[in-house]
Amino acid sequence: MNLRRDVFQAIADPTRRAILVLVATNAMTAGAIAANFDTARPTVSKHLQILTECELLRQEQNGREVIYHLNPHKMKEIADFIEPFRKMWDDRFNKLESVMKKYQTKK
Amino acid sequence: MELKTKVTAEEGKQELIVTREFDLPLDLLFRAYTEPELVAEWMGTKVLKLENKKYGSWRFETTDPQGNKHGFSGTIHDFVPNQKIVRTFEMENSGFGVQLEFLEFEQLTDNTSKLRMHIIYKTLEERAQYLQIGMARGMGLAHNRLEKAAFKFLKY
Repeated sequence: MNLRRDVFQAIADPTRRAILVLVATNAMTAGAIAANFDTARPTVSKHLQILTECELLRQEQNGREVIYHLNPHKMKEIADFIEPFRKMWDDRFNKLESVMKKYQTKK
Repeated sequence: MELKTKVTAEEGKQELIVTREFDLPLDLLFRAYTEPELVAEWMGTKVLKLENKKYGSWRFETTDPQGNKHGFSGTIHDFVPNQKIVRTFEMENSGFGVQLEFLEFEQLTDNTSKLRMHIIYKTLEERAQYLQIGMARGMGLAHNRLEKAAFKFLKY
């Protein structure tokens, strides 16, 4: 039975979100994706299946290999994946700015 | 409103560009990168070594809540005050590879300045892993070995 998967259910899982981040910046084979996780390979395959079923990922046959791409129609652009990274730097630079302002007035 | 910090990651390129505009005069922004006490304060790390010169090297250390120490280090390839720093960056014993960083400092007005960080990774996969750290951190989770290692550095 092939249940129609819900997108929100799919992205509720941290490993699946991490897979989306990996694939967002670079299309990859299942093996290359699995190499990034401590999780067993069949578990990663299951996650890929779920992500493909709800059309977050798109499969492309390349010889004997299957390459996974992010489905641009389902996911918003790559910027969404960069946002947490950007926020991390933004916080750090805000700290720099406040440290230096304090330093400036002390002088 | 324009974002103060911007990150550009072009598809298929193993590099990231981070830019930020500061409400700080250029010399103060540069000083935040060169004076050990100031680096320690905004980065939340111990500065073991910081040689601000061509062929110099640097090494920082953080201690996690369990008391484990984590080192970060690299060498300085170019150093021009108030202009640029070219350096390598590596998280020691983390499994992450070394990266090359070009830091360019620019004056905008007497009281504002801009930093442009151009970071080059060995592979596209490594860049993706770095982006993933941000995502993992944003969601308060770390589930693989690399993220756990990185987390300790990015905990603040």
